[in-house]
Amino acid sequence: MCGGSQCRGSPPEYNRGVIGLIPRLISPGGSVSEPLFGAMRQSIIDGAPDRATELAQQALANGIDPLEAVNQGFAAGITFAGDQFGCGEMYLPDLLASVEAMKAAIKVLEPEMLKRGSARQALGKIVLGTARGDIHDIGKNLVATILSAGGFQIFDLGTSVTPEQFVAKAQEVDADIVGVSALLTTTMAGQRAVIEALDRNGLRPRVKAIVGGAAVTAMWAAEIGADGFSRNAIDALELAKNLMVKVTGKDMNKGTVQA
Amino acid sequence: MRPRVQLLSPDLIGRILREAFELLMNPGVRVDSAPVVELLLSAGAEVNDGVARIPEPLLRQCLASAPRDFYLYNRQGEKAVHYGGDDVHFDPGSCCVQVLDPSTLEARQSETRDLVRIVQVTETLPHFAAQSTAVVCNDALACKGEDASSAIGDLYRLFVVLQHSDKPVVTGSFSASGLRGMIDLLAADCGSRDQLRQKPRAVFDVCPSPPLNWSEFGSHNLLDLARAGVPAQIVSMPLAGGTAPVTLAGSVTQHAAETLAGIVLHQLAGPGSPVVWGGAPAIFDMRTGGAPMGAVETAMLNMACAEVGKHLDLPTHGYLVAADSKFVDAQGGAESARSAMLGALAGINMISGAGMLESLACFSVEKLVIDAEWIASAQRLLRGIEVRGNEEYGGNTLATAMFAQIGLSGEFLKLKETRALFRQEQHLPSHVIDRNGDRSPRGAGPPNDIFARARARVDELVSKYRKPSLPEGMLREFQAIVDRVTDREADRETDRAANREPRP
Repeated sequence: MCGGSQCRGSPPEYNRGVIGLIPRLISPGGSVSEPLFGAMRQSIIDGAPDRATELAQQALANGIDPLEAVNQGFAAGITFAGDQFGCGEMYLPDLLASVEAMKAAIKVLEPEMLKRGSARQALGKIVLGTARGDIHDIGKNLVATILSAGGFQIFDLGTSVTPEQFVAKAQEVDADIVGVSALLTTTMAGQRAVIEALDRNGLRPRVKAIVGGAAVTAMWAAEIGADGFSRNAIDALELAKNLMVKVTGKDMNKGTVQA
Repeated sequence: MRPRVQLLSPDLIGRILREAFELLMNPGVRVDSAPVVELLLSAGAEVNDGVARIPEPLLRQCLASAPRDFYLYNRQGEKAVHYGGDDVHFDPGSCCVQVLDPSTLEARQSETRDLVRIVQVTETLPHFAAQSTAVVCNDALACKGEDASSAIGDLYRLFVVLQHSDKPVVTGSFSASGLRGMIDLLAADCGSRDQLRQKPRAVFDVCPSPPLNWSEFGSHNLLDLARAGVPAQIVSMPLAGGTAPVTLAGSVTQHAAETLAGIVLHQLAGPGSPVVWGGAPAIFDMRTGGAPMGAVETAMLNMACAEVGKHLDLPTHGYLVAADSKFVDAQGGAESARSAMLGALAGINMISGAGMLESLACFSVEKLVIDAEWIASAQRLLRGIEVRGNEEYGGNTLATAMFAQIGLSGEFLKLKETRALFRQEQHLPSHVIDRNGDRSPRGAGPPNDIFARARARVDELVSKYRKPSLPEGMLREFQAIVDRVTDREADRETDRAANREPRP
């Protein structure tokens, strides 16, 4: 369970935040912008969208490169939050709040980034949805959150998605991975249908198909020819990163992780 | 005095119901099928954009027509389960897709042979008042189409259970077409549709989707069951913090609202038809996003939901005795024993979940025989401390009459009272429970731990089991129903593949 680098060896560099529950990152010091970057990181760790918005506006006003603000500031907060989640210091509601804060910051910075042509680089594009007939989306939503916190760009098709809709979206956005969630044993067959549709339309093996859900097993994933499966949302991130190695030939676990 | 545990004050139950009534007006409950909308509109509810608002007088009317109690019958037509009052019964958990292989300790896909073994063991254990359609028979899903496999799978599981058991059955259907075949099968089992209505042998789980959503297939199953007079068990499953309010009181309120909405649909379709205030509420695990069935808060939710049902004078059900552990280990034992005890103390009429591991993802028949011991302990606890002794045994005293016979000699073992009463005073466990004083010498063989003893116990029970003798021709009739549904579903699948509207 405990997979984050913060868990091993020396104790993580944080102390307890305001309410004594949320970890607090200690700024290592550095450039003149460093105090601002530190505050940005902390706003994400605290899950404070208003604060993140304010800091993003401040960065623009001070003429800081928005991409730098993301990479040095906000995204580092998300990476830290992800690590803390992996260690068991933070929980799903904390992580959800961090992702919301991240979205708020990006919303402010995005127009300026577009203007400068310095778009953020996502780890990969993932199309997600629940299988046809399945309206249970909590697992899918968690996976979307964790993958997005981990640096992937998510295209969420929602619930009860037909194989045709999955294929169309994957083609439209040039997806790397398609993920199909099914809670019920009865809707799991819909996962097979999506994989068959991806095959029929010639999207695989370039596009990888992953499946998940309460009743989904490794055996089922193998039977329907999925490229991967994970038991829970946390493992889904590792799975997606590993699959991206196959897609791009690059190891996503190495080098800087960007949001 | 019978021991009981209550978590809700009368005042809090009042608040829960008031807020549940409020929720059914605002935001209302989602319904997505035309017949259901029609039914609600004709009864005076308001329906806009697939959201129904159900006023309190309609709720009160439907609560008044729901029966306070009913019985499930065995194949011999005898009363076997009393749904009502504070009676407590247990049945194995339902509809797992995997079983724990006792020799490899790996989970593998469940098959017909696994279901048969579970039914055989359940049949021999008096702790289980009812069977359940416990595991999916992956080997028997001949037809691979989506809905077809579901309808046939549900029917086939019931077919297997009815062949191998005389006990009542807790079951359910994942599709509307599957339910009709299952009702036909049960009618064939007891003689006729009318006979089935008079003496139902099965109860069907029907689930709303949290929060406050009665899907098409769930609500249609409710209507079909109500019209057939076959008991429906409404299994609302809020996950506190995930699909329902994080507070236990808030989740109990959502459970009440979802269940009340179900009762309205059910009673409008078949006033007086038997319906159970059931549930499988759980907390939401804030790390994995799963539903930890063995958590103490999950047990508390089940107890509290049942308390609300009891307050409304309705039969109750809960989902306990299941474990989150992946193995038959100390964690699994603690989780199952604790929740069996708590469910019993709450007086829940039917407690489903025994035998289940991994938060309902895996079934172990070895765990089932261990759970039977926890259930027996819970049933013993429920009988409480009774004052026994009568004239035959030297007077109605607690201890003095026995001392009068033996003085200070300490020869209690010789007393006729001891021999006459120890079976009532003590639950006598099977060999699954180890109380031997001596530690066997450590040899090269596997340890004689509870899992090894449970494996031996399963073998012993299966060898004791006798298959019931079905009346002449019944099996043929069962087979004909299964064949008919299989053919029909195959036709529907062909229609679907050809992009035609599937036949009804």
